[in-house]
Amino acid sequence: MDFLAAIGRAFLVFLEATGRLALFTARAVSHCFRPPIYAGLVGRQMIDIGYYSLPVVGLTALFTGMVLALQSYTGFARFQAEGAVATVVVLSITRELGPVLAGLMVAGRIGAAMAAEIGTMRVTEQIDALTTLATNPMKYLVAPRLVAGLAMLPLLVIVADIIGVFGGFLVAVYKLNFNPANYLSKTWEYLQVMDVVSGLVKAGVFGFFVALMGCYHGYHSRGGAEGVGTATTNAVVSASILILVSNYLITGMFFSK
Amino acid sequence: MTDTPPKIALSGVKKRFGDKIVLDGLDLTVGRSESLVVIGGSGTGKSVMLKCILGLLRPESGSIMVDGEETVTKTRGEREAMLRKCGMLFQGAALFDSLTVWENVAFGLIQGRNMARAPAKHVALTKLAAVGLGPEVGELAPSELSGGMQKRVALARAIATEPEIIFFDEPTTGLDPIMADVINELIVKCVKDLGASALSITHDMASARKIADRIAMIYQGKIIWCGKRDDIDHSGNPYVDQFIHGRAEGPIKMQVLAL
Repeated sequence: MDFLAAIGRAFLVFLEATGRLALFTARAVSHCFRPPIYAGLVGRQMIDIGYYSLPVVGLTALFTGMVLALQSYTGFARFQAEGAVATVVVLSITRELGPVLAGLMVAGRIGAAMAAEIGTMRVTEQIDALTTLATNPMKYLVAPRLVAGLAMLPLLVIVADIIGVFGGFLVAVYKLNFNPANYLSKTWEYLQVMDVVSGLVKAGVFGFFVALMGCYHGYHSRGGAEGVGTATTNAVVSASILILVSNYLITGMFFSK
Repeated sequence: MTDTPPKIALSGVKKRFGDKIVLDGLDLTVGRSESLVVIGGSGTGKSVMLKCILGLLRPESGSIMVDGEETVTKTRGEREAMLRKCGMLFQGAALFDSLTVWENVAFGLIQGRNMARAPAKHVALTKLAAVGLGPEVGELAPSELSGGMQKRVALARAIATEPEIIFFDEPTTGLDPIMADVINELIVKCVKDLGASALSITHDMASARKIADRIAMIYQGKIIWCGKRDDIDHSGNPYVDQFIHGRAEGPIKMQVLAL
């Protein structure tokens, strides 16, 4: 009976957490559309999420594209299909690796920073101070981050796509001795608009999840430095899991036939 | 002639966290332009009482009236209108790290009252001067200030919107005696200049004696004594006597594990 009670308790805790997250999300999203809109704060978050994430996302995409070209070449060479390298690189980057890796890198960089900043504000009573100054913390802290996350990750992924394909091009041309014009023509030949669009839709969803998890765990952090540390870890882990799960679901929506 | 309601009136306020009852039917009134200080030991419910008045926590039952209006049942939007009448000095100052000192002081004016940045900065520098800080401090980050200066900035922020009610949460905790007295003097001056009502919570008796018109003592979630500042030494209440003299022996038993 103790075993069943433990399962029941765990299930109730799960339901409570899910309900709390759903209510938090609904409140946060509603504040994105209701005035006043803090345009300055949205802009600052866009710079933090978009501009300052460019180096890490760019480097990740560059080396991913390079490795992908190298790996697919060595694999395809076994059955004389080296000509498919360009197509594999561009489809893998635009459909999957661009958005997923950018999402995971931004979850580590921005999701953690959001949780730590908002969590510190919580435990040092700065969020209470916002309330006493007649400013809604959901509107001031959470809504701008959600909007910025949703808007900036697709832009980051466009850059990641270009840099990733360029990385594959560099390896193919300068290491594997592909003809540059031929490689580029193969890159364009099988690329469809839907490949890029599906990646950008994923990026928007991932950006929303990263910001939501960072804000949610930071907002509910308790108990000083340890609580902020736990919130930061939870923000990154939960955002990463949501990215991987939603990636499968969105891929299913776009490409299952 | 109609009776003017008290600025703040709490009656029968109850608040619990799990099994722990923190406020147990608390009754308290703060008059207009009056400075009331609530004293009590750690964990007696002082901060929870303040948070209930400000709407940061919702009590399970009881009534909290501000200017004769019930606040417990107000929506968040309605409560924001009430909060525009209030200023609050937090125990740890609670200054916003991401903003400069003057932006902290002007926050309530810019965000709460939509004042333009230039006039808000002028008001902020005036308020900083009122608490003895020069305009050069306005450009610093809160992390560059000492604890006493942070408290002064927090006081400037609390009075920047010229509120009708000011709350002080342990205003002198963590300060040396001289800086604590400076803060007490500033609180008295600012409250008198504004003609505001003030509700403070502290366990610092020197602070309570300095800033209070009336003193109330909270114990186990209830007000057990309330009277004029000068009457506290003759309260006839053994709990109050033990607290103000800081004696280990008395009716208030501390839960200390035997070594």
